[in-house]
Amino acid sequence: MKLALYIIVMAGVTYLIRMIPFTFFNRKIKSQFFRSFLYYIPYAVLSAMTIPAIFYSTGSIMTAAVGTAAAAVLAYFDFPLILVALAAAAAAFLSGLFL
Amino acid sequence: MKNHFLRGMSHGIPIALGYLSVSFGFGILAAKSGLSATVAAIISASNLTSAGQAAGLSIITAGGTLIEMALTQFTINLRYSLMAISLSQKLDKSFSAPKRLLTSYGITDEIFAVCSAQQEPLTPSYMFGMILIAFLGWTSGTLLGAEAGHLLPASVSGAMGIVLYGMFLAIIIPPSRKERSVLAVVIVAAAVSIIFKYLITTVSGGFAIIISAAAASAIGAALFPVKETDNEDERTVQNA
Repeated sequence: MKLALYIIVMAGVTYLIRMIPFTFFNRKIKSQFFRSFLYYIPYAVLSAMTIPAIFYSTGSIMTAAVGTAAAAVLAYFDFPLILVALAAAAAAFLSGLFL
Repeated sequence: MKNHFLRGMSHGIPIALGYLSVSFGFGILAAKSGLSATVAAIISASNLTSAGQAAGLSIITAGGTLIEMALTQFTINLRYSLMAISLSQKLDKSFSAPKRLLTSYGITDEIFAVCSAQQEPLTPSYMFGMILIAFLGWTSGTLLGAEAGHLLPASVSGAMGIVLYGMFLAIIIPPSRKERSVLAVVIVAAAVSIIFKYLITTVSGGFAIIISAAAASAIGAALFPVKETDNEDERTVQNA
């Protein structure tokens, strides 16, 4: 029951965030501070979500660190999202065979 | 009309393939957290978002409050509002209110990026086609991942747990390299997040993300205000 409530809240909030502006909004946000804040939000959220959680994502801090390093290098050179994501897993898996 | 639908589907194929592998990682995370494959697939089908689902999953696992869940989803997914505002400006006249209500469900980073790159006005059929195939990739990938989470050897499923985080790095690192302001925001957010993880452990994970992100973005907005340009929203998304 609690699980259903979690999912309803999760999906409901996510839907409203998309639906309200898409259906009703027609003007641009004027406040430069708010626009700037919204511009930075995705990066800030993803950064806070990734660090330090990524180091606990594989069950071994060592293999996670290797995966993180592989992803960081490929991302730095602008490789596509999917390649970076899969390379992180491949590097974590391969290092797990040796560590 | 049918033409537009098929075109939307074909434009959605690369998105769906990407989603398939990323949602596979989400499915594994969900199974590891003790959720059934069906529940994981329901979460993916009803949310259609990666970062929000990963955060939601951690709140479910930690037994967080519903308010925490709502605030976390609000903070993480707020960017969709900007995309929705931007897309609402270039919709075809055939976009009635009910069709907008339906289509808004499918506004993701990638769908927004492809849609905003189109020259002509967006028709409902075009967006329906793209959203349908992206939805299929996202949901079936989750289902497969959640099932494989039980079947794959621990070494493989453990390694797959990093997939979503790897994608997040791929989103934040390239713009951090190009824009100092983004780099500063990313570093501040990570630093505050680390402080919460190891020093202020009484604050739950969901709120720690909200506070870290809001603090870093507010500092960024105060120190490096973004200039007002017409294509600013698109710039956000190409990076995201």
